[in-house]
Amino acid sequence: MSADDGAEAANERTERNVKRFLFVNRKAPYGTIYALEALEVVLISAAFDQDVTLVFLDDGVCQLKKGQQTKETGMKNFSPTYRALEGYDIEKLYVEKESLEHRGLTADDLLVPVKVLTTEEIGALMDQQDIVISF
Amino acid sequence: MTAAVAVKGKDLEVDEEGYLVKLSDWSEDVGKAMAAEDGLVLTPNHWEVINFLREYYDEFQIAPAIRVLTKAIGKKLGPEKGSTKYLYELFPYGPAKQACRYAGLPKPTGCI
Amino acid sequence: MTILHTINKSPFQTTDLDSCLRHARKGSAILLIEDAVYAAMGNTGISERVGEALKNTNVYVLGPDLDARGLERERVVRGVEIVDYGGFVDLAVEHDHVQAWV
Repeated sequence: MSADDGAEAANERTERNVKRFLFVNRKAPYGTIYALEALEVVLISAAFDQDVTLVFLDDGVCQLKKGQQTKETGMKNFSPTYRALEGYDIEKLYVEKESLEHRGLTADDLLVPVKVLTTEEIGALMDQQDIVISF
Repeated sequence: MTAAVAVKGKDLEVDEEGYLVKLSDWSEDVGKAMAAEDGLVLTPNHWEVINFLREYYDEFQIAPAIRVLTKAIGKKLGPEKGSTKYLYELFPYGPAKQACRYAGLPKPTGCI
Repeated sequence: MTILHTINKSPFQTTDLDSCLRHARKGSAILLIEDAVYAAMGNTGISERVGEALKNTNVYVLGPDLDARGLERERVVRGVEIVDYGGFVDLAVEHDHVQAWV
């Protein structure tokens, strides 16, 4: 699904009183509470039937790294919850290419299917939103 | 003093809304005891939903919102069970809230 | 006088690692913990910098923090030593003092 979906879709959103929400995830998991808090806000937003898009850039791409095992650190592993997003009809997940590369990662390292976009494309995506919330 | 649910002579800690504090404290007897406090006897239909919730939590580490639960139940147990009406008949206090409590899970995220 | 430097912030988000590497003297030790464990990974934008540091200092990374973040131990920069919590304590005891770059 393209982010720029044309006038017809825009009219439908106006009728249903739906806004385009973009959640920008920029922090690594566990070191701070931002990633977990963002995830909870995203899940709650799904209850309001809004048009939700998630972007992962900078250290935010690390939230989606496969194979997280937190047992020894005594923290809760919340990475499986990203797999539940599909069931909440949150299916627009975008990851920044440059951020992945800088961290030695590829889309194969991630635990959910995502679309990889360049910095340029993510900038354009931000421009198309009604509301941008950054974590 | 903290709240507790008595199960087979043992007090298990619950929070102010009656949710089990330690997930590992759960057994079927916990679900039965909580339901009994609400004046409810759990039937196989109740257990179907409770077990579904426990499997969902095991896979995704959250308790699902009611809309998500209804859809997923419909997919797994058939469309006649994937309705809010059916689930409210089983769990009159709200399927996500009440069933999650009996299942020993935290309150669903996004439950408002 | 030997120092154990500990870093707990992501090298991609703060300059803590950079500053530590500039100040760490030959023979001292650096332990990467919490979000700093990302610095231990090979094939990143800063792996080369960590490789340089290994010429003069011993670099360690906390294994449980790698595991929590899904970072494969076999992808850690060669020469960086993985330690567990017990190893953390041993390092703290072996050095004269601990400098935490928080």
